[in-house]
Amino acid sequence: MMDLIAQLAWGPTGWGDELAAGTMVTVSLALATLPFGLAIGLLVALGKTSSEKTLQTAANIYTTIFRGLPELLTLLIVYYGGQIVLQRIFALFTDAYVEVNGFVAGMVALGLVFSAFSSEVFASAFKGIPAGQPEAALALGLTRWQALRLVTLPQLIRLSIGGLSNLWLILLKETSLVSVIALNDLLRNTNVAVGFTKQPLFFYSVALLIYLVLSLISAKGLGTIENHVKRGEQRVA
Amino acid sequence: MSETAVRIIEAQSPPPGVVRKWTVSRIAGTALCGVWIAIGIGLVWSLYGAFDPDVFFKYMPRMAEGLLVTTKLVVFSIFFGGLLAIPLALARMSTSVVVRGFAFAYVYIFRGTPILGQMFLLYYGAGQFVDELITLNLWWFFREAYNCVLLTFVLNTTAYQAEIYKTAIESIPRGQREAAETLGLKKGLTFWKITFPQAMITALRPLGNEIILMIKASAVASLVTVFDLMGATKLAFSRTFDFNVYLWAAILYFTIVEVLRRTWDWVETRLTRHLVR
Repeated sequence: MMDLIAQLAWGPTGWGDELAAGTMVTVSLALATLPFGLAIGLLVALGKTSSEKTLQTAANIYTTIFRGLPELLTLLIVYYGGQIVLQRIFALFTDAYVEVNGFVAGMVALGLVFSAFSSEVFASAFKGIPAGQPEAALALGLTRWQALRLVTLPQLIRLSIGGLSNLWLILLKETSLVSVIALNDLLRNTNVAVGFTKQPLFFYSVALLIYLVLSLISAKGLGTIENHVKRGEQRVA
Repeated sequence: MSETAVRIIEAQSPPPGVVRKWTVSRIAGTALCGVWIAIGIGLVWSLYGAFDPDVFFKYMPRMAEGLLVTTKLVVFSIFFGGLLAIPLALARMSTSVVVRGFAFAYVYIFRGTPILGQMFLLYYGAGQFVDELITLNLWWFFREAYNCVLLTFVLNTTAYQAEIYKTAIESIPRGQREAAETLGLKKGLTFWKITFPQAMITALRPLGNEIILMIKASAVASLVTVFDLMGATKLAFSRTFDFNVYLWAAILYFTIVEVLRRTWDWVETRLTRHLVR
C-alpha cells in the first residue's frame, strides 16, 4: 500500500504532479465552457419565450438537436468536422495545415450541449416570472432592454440557480470525454499513469476521488451562491 | 306603418388582415430559420454528394449490429438498474443510520463521478485481478468488455434511479400510509398496492429522462472495445476516413432519442389522463 501511495509523489518518480496538472485542465475546461454555454443558453431561451414564431422554431431546433445527440458524438463531430471545415476554408487562402485545438473543440462541443440544456432551465425560469412585471416596467417608460436587465434578469438568476447547479455538476463530469481527443485532462493523465504503472485499480480510484472532491466543492460553493441569491426569499417560521 | 325606416347596410369589404411588421425579432428569427434550412441542405448535400456505396454497404450492416448492441445495453441496464434501485431507494429512507449512510454514499459516489471513469476502473481494474477472479470462477464474466460495461451501466443507473424512486415515494403524502395502517393493511401490502403505483406515475417523467441519458451515455462503451453503434461508427471512420459515417450515426442516435421522447410523452399523457382537471 505504501509503495502505491509513493507513486503519487510529485516530480519525475511519481504521478502526483501529472494528476494535478490534469485536474487543472479539467477544471479550466469546465470553467471556460461555462460563460459561453450560459450566454448562448440565455439567448436561445429568449428565442423560445419570444412571441415571434420563427424565433421559437429556430431556438427549439437548436435544443432538440444538441439534447438528442450523445455528448461523445457531438465532441467527435466538432473535432473532426471542425477540422474538415477549417481545412476547406483555409485552403482558399493558404496551403498551411490547420489543426483543431483539442481544448477549443472540447469547449465548443460541451458548450453546445450545456447551452441546449441551460436554455431549457432559463426558459422555464422565464415562465416563472409573471408577464405583468415586464409589462408594468414598459408602462413605467422603461425600454425593453431596461425591463429585461433591471426587472426580469435579476429574478431569473434566482429561479434558475438550482437547475444550473445541476448542469454544472454534469458538465464537470462530462469534461472527462475530452480525454478521447488527446487533451491531457485528469482522466487521460490517469490513463497514461495506468499504462506505465499497471495499477488501474489504484489510479482510477484516485481519479474518481478527485472528481468526487471537485463535485463536493462545487456543490458547497453553489449552495452558498444559492443561499445568497435567495436571501430575499427567506421567511421567518 | 310608422316611419321606422329600414336602412340596409350595404355589404362591406372585410377588415384588412393583420399586417405582420418586419420587427427586429422577426428578421432575426427568419434569418436563423434560414441558417437551419441551409445546414439541413448542407447535410443532405454532404450525405448525398459524398455518398460512397462501398462504404455504405460495407459498414451499414455493422452499424445496424452496433445499434442492436446499444439497445441491449440500454434495455438491460435500465431493467436491472430498476430492480436494484427500489431496495436502494428504500434503504435511502431507512430509519437505520448505517443503512441510510451506505445508500447515501453509494448514490453520491456514482452520481458524483464520470461514468467513463467508472467504466475504466471496472474494466481495467478487473484485469489486474485475473488470478483471483479465475479462482472465484468469475473471470468468464469480467473477460468480456461487454459484461464489464453492462455492469458499470447497471451500477450507475441504479444510483440515478434510486434517487428518482426516492423522490417519487416521498411525494406520496404520509397520511395515505397512516390511513392504510389504520385500516389494518400490512406494511408490504401498503407499499406495493398504495405507495408504489402512485409513486411510479410521479417517477415516469424523470425515468424517461434517465433512459434518454443512458442511451446517450452508452456511447462511451465504444472506448473499451465494445462495438455498439458508436464503436461501429468509429471503426468505419478509422478505416475509411469518410466523415459521413459520423453523420449517419448522429441521425440514428437522434432518431432513437426523439422517437423515444415523443412516445414517452404520449404514454405519460395517457397514463395520467385521470389526473388532468
